[in-house]
Amino acid sequence: MHVPDGFFDAPTSVVTGVVAAAAVGVSLRKARNELDDRTAPLVGLVAAFVFAAQMLNFPVVSGTSGHLMGGAIAAVLVGPWTGVLCLSTVLLVQGLLFADGGITALGTNVVLMAVTTVVVGWAVFRGLQVVLPKNTAMVPVCASVGAFVSVPVASLVFVALYAVGGGADISIGGLATAMVGVHALIGIGEAAITFLAVGSILAVRPDLVYGARRVLEQRELVIRSSTTEVAA
Amino acid sequence: MKRVSTKVVAGGILLVALLLAGFVSFYASDSPDGLESVAEDKGFVDTAGDHATGDGPLADYDAGLDSERASVGVAGVVGVLVVLALGTGLTYVVRRRTREVDDERDSATTSA
Repeated sequence: MHVPDGFFDAPTSVVTGVVAAAAVGVSLRKARNELDDRTAPLVGLVAAFVFAAQMLNFPVVSGTSGHLMGGAIAAVLVGPWTGVLCLSTVLLVQGLLFADGGITALGTNVVLMAVTTVVVGWAVFRGLQVVLPKNTAMVPVCASVGAFVSVPVASLVFVALYAVGGGADISIGGLATAMVGVHALIGIGEAAITFLAVGSILAVRPDLVYGARRVLEQRELVIRSSTTEVAA
Repeated sequence: MKRVSTKVVAGGILLVALLLAGFVSFYASDSPDGLESVAEDKGFVDTAGDHATGDGPLADYDAGLDSERASVGVAGVVGVLVVLALGTGLTYVVRRRTREVDDERDSATTSA
């Protein structure tokens, strides 16, 4: 969904640029609380993995492809604030080095693919974690649902921005239908990749998965309290 | 079961990323992505301007080598390493600032 230069008018690009800069600034501060000896070694690697996976366009419908965005993966593996930083790093390198995503559209792309997919992916993930059974096996399931939802929502944010500052005079309703339709399909791919990525790390080292921490801590508390009972 | 070390997990992720970007990327679909395809259908794809770094050595994931497979593979591997370096550097900076803030807080508490 990399937006090229020229899709949006200058004021919209400036506003998304400011919003993106603010989001990265806040994330830099908040990420401190997420980064500890367990998550820190993985941050650069998660960003590198997202970059690699974004190169892999998979066919969705005839003549159209899609690729991973990775917001949900990054948020669940290293934490949402750090996830915004990971995705922003990927988008910066893609825009500067690979001409993928316009330079003037960098703010727009950060808003769509770093902020929106992380926020939506993480919110859905946490929401499901609260209502679903608290065990680690549910972590990849919740993550992939968050991933699935994040893609069409990001496409809707694009449509909303286009309604405000799009470069062409087109039907916004028609644009919304087309964008959500194709991105719901891409979301299925996003969900599958997220399930595999989060599930793989969870299988070998659940303690390295940021989104599994609450579940693991609860389990430890249960074990401790039951041993105290036995001792008593 | 023996606990897998963080180094092994990190090495595994790096290996997968390098394989995906350096090798599998050649088999990725060439079709336009969701946004591009919708932009074509709705007739605004031409509003896209030329990219400011469109003439760069790795633009469009093409390292300009004779073999198309090698071109995209080299571009992918370079991208993975650059993103890894930036992401790791960023983590280092954020964490060092955290420690400095903690140190200041600690020294403030002890002196008080």
